[in-house]
Amino acid sequence: MTQIISDSGFELPKEAINYSAWSNIIAGNVAIDIPSDADLDLLSGDLNRFKIIRINFPTFADGRGFTIAKLIRIRGYKGHIRATGYIIPDQYAMARRSGFDDVEISQSLAKRQTESEWLFRANWREHDYQKRLGFNKD
Amino acid sequence: MYNYSEFDDAFIKERNYQFRNQVKRRVNGDLTEDEFKPLRLMNGLYLQLHAYMLRVAIPYGTLNSSQMNKLAMIADRWDKGYGHFTTRQNIQFNWPKLTDVPDILDALAEVKMHAIQTSGNTIRNVTADHFSGAAADEVEDPRPYAELIRQWSTDHPEFQFLPRKFKVSVTGSKNDRAVIHAHDIGLRVLHNDGKIGFQVIVGGGLGRTPMIGKVINSFLPEQDLLPYLEAIVSVWNILGRRDNKYKSRIKITVHEHGIEKIREIVDERFAKIKRSFSGVNKELFSEIKSAFLPSLLKLQGIGDFEFAYENDALFRSWVDTNTHKHKSSNYIIASISLKNHGETPGDATSDQMRMIADIAQRYSHDEIRISHEQNIILPHVHKSDLAQVFSLLKSVNLNTANIGLISDIIACPGMDYCALATARSIPIAQEIAMRFDDLKLEHKIGHIQIKISGCINACGHHHVGHIGILGLDRAGVENYQITLGGSSTEATAIGERAGPGFSASTIVPAIEKIILFYLKVRLGEYESFIQTYRRLGLEPFKKVLYPSVSKSFKTSGEANAA
Amino acid sequence: MSNNHTGKVITANDLLNGDVVYINSQLKWALRLSDAKVFIDDASFEKALTHVNKQQNEVVGIYSININLSDTGIAPNHFREKFRNNGPSNYNHGKQSEVL
Repeated sequence: MTQIISDSGFELPKEAINYSAWSNIIAGNVAIDIPSDADLDLLSGDLNRFKIIRINFPTFADGRGFTIAKLIRIRGYKGHIRATGYIIPDQYAMARRSGFDDVEISQSLAKRQTESEWLFRANWREHDYQKRLGFNKD
Repeated sequence: MYNYSEFDDAFIKERNYQFRNQVKRRVNGDLTEDEFKPLRLMNGLYLQLHAYMLRVAIPYGTLNSSQMNKLAMIADRWDKGYGHFTTRQNIQFNWPKLTDVPDILDALAEVKMHAIQTSGNTIRNVTADHFSGAAADEVEDPRPYAELIRQWSTDHPEFQFLPRKFKVSVTGSKNDRAVIHAHDIGLRVLHNDGKIGFQVIVGGGLGRTPMIGKVINSFLPEQDLLPYLEAIVSVWNILGRRDNKYKSRIKITVHEHGIEKIREIVDERFAKIKRSFSGVNKELFSEIKSAFLPSLLKLQGIGDFEFAYENDALFRSWVDTNTHKHKSSNYIIASISLKNHGETPGDATSDQMRMIADIAQRYSHDEIRISHEQNIILPHVHKSDLAQVFSLLKSVNLNTANIGLISDIIACPGMDYCALATARSIPIAQEIAMRFDDLKLEHKIGHIQIKISGCINACGHHHVGHIGILGLDRAGVENYQITLGGSSTEATAIGERAGPGFSASTIVPAIEKIILFYLKVRLGEYESFIQTYRRLGLEPFKKVLYPSVSKSFKTSGEANAA
Repeated sequence: MSNNHTGKVITANDLLNGDVVYINSQLKWALRLSDAKVFIDDASFEKALTHVNKQQNEVVGIYSININLSDTGIAPNHFREKFRNNGPSNYNHGKQSEVL
């Protein structure tokens, strides 16, 4: 069982989701997993055919997921993007600002990075230099 | 100069609060060192050989007297009474304690300073021409753009966990004093047809594989600056190698894919990013720009400057080496050398910092610059005040007249401080400076740049020194390799390796041989070292350094011919 | 300069103030190299290393160095560790200046 983290803190996943693997995208499946080294150009067409896209962070030092999420949003994707893997609370604001809707971590990670740590960084809309400079206009 | 807005103040306050919390979590074990390390690096805190090291950002190398005074106070209260100015225009404190760092950051915040992103795999301090806004040869002050880039890169959500560090530099002059060809992105502000834009250079860098940057865009319109930079870093964040940290920098990415391909991908990304970019708020930018406008300059005459120059030999000597032409004829740019013979290059005591602050406030429109050459600049000194400035500098031993001379050496901290170093660099710098002072040859030699790095990471910029020295570990002993003919100006060049390295006791005699040879073969006193080198090439200098090698080569050649 | 060593010591930097420290015979962190435990055999060395690797809240960057043990005491083989034990060569700072 994983832990989902959103702006209001810890939640348990509402349902089991069957994600298609990147190497084997099942036609008609509305959930897909994207690894951190994915070449997004290989995923053509309107991404809004997916309801949820999950991007993996193999280590928290691998920041490609943030750009992948951003590129997906730039392509006009309006659905749900979830970050999963090894993410620390200090990256929560980065994730939300890059276009992620929430974060999913293992229970063992959640034991050390408690809910209060995540909530401490939940004010991601504040102190946004990039928005102030004219980026990500809605 | 730019004054932080409420937004900036609030940001730093929040950031410091977060860091204090991160330190607490590290100390109580909620964060492992692996998890804490990137977070402390993002806040400029390294662990070095003997202690932690805090690298404080001095954005585009510009600060005022109250900031310099605060640095002096921090040095006294939480360190050992001094600071080290670096080749990226920052200051380093070598002895802070982890638990004091949140307090140090709060003290910095009081004068609107910070240590954000001076380390880690993020976009680092944007450096700029240290004569910005003052030099006569400047087309446009690059610092408003440096400030925009600083804001854009601060806490950028996508770019806090890049493949490696990312360094940007800007200049507004054809004479490149910002080393823009050896940065990940180098920018030159230009005018074209009445419009402002940038020459954008990408993929320069020193270190293990030095490379000169390539022009990715010869004229980028002013309003496209930020989205275009975003496109470059976005492309590199994905493409930059993460399997091999020695091949991660964008210089390798450009080398592996080719500049044409990279330009293509960047242009594509730029087009997408631009769609959701509304342009920098005009009011915001004009506020930034006006903060950098030259302050009201004094209209009075230059007083007894001429008299002092004619009659005070020490003052004259200092003016001749340490000053530079200002855009306003009654003003002058004064460089304070932090290269006293036999002392550590780039270091200043807290007393010296306070004197510099006082002088700047009274005589330089409250502005100070740090150069990448590890010296301090007073950018706007009225000539009538210069003699008094010199006198005050003398009182704190900051009057060495050696800017651009052989003892004006750039040296990284090396193995005396740095955990990455393979050899010491400071003692070599000290010895070279003292040797040529003893020989009384400095003025005869004229302009020459020696740069020393204590390891292959090249923080001493040795690749672009006229003479570069690289300290390595050879079989457990310090060993120094010489490179020749590098240059950090607009005619950027990577030095050529002269040959096998020298021991700590033979490196200074080797440098001496090179210099004496130069003095012998130069076409008169107006041919500088680098000019002589360009004329003659590496070979004659090699023969001077390795005479027995060339002798034996000659012998075997004759034997073969016989 | 050669790789001869008669033992190893375990070293790290103190988490709170960054001081160079060495593990002693009580498996506690000591400030002086002369107080360091010299490990001669692999078994006791491995055991100690496993034990200290659990102490990640006191120190940072645990590793071992090769040393020579003689009449004059413990001396690191490599010059980097000599500097680390002494302090920088340009100022009288670090261990060389402290009364420990």
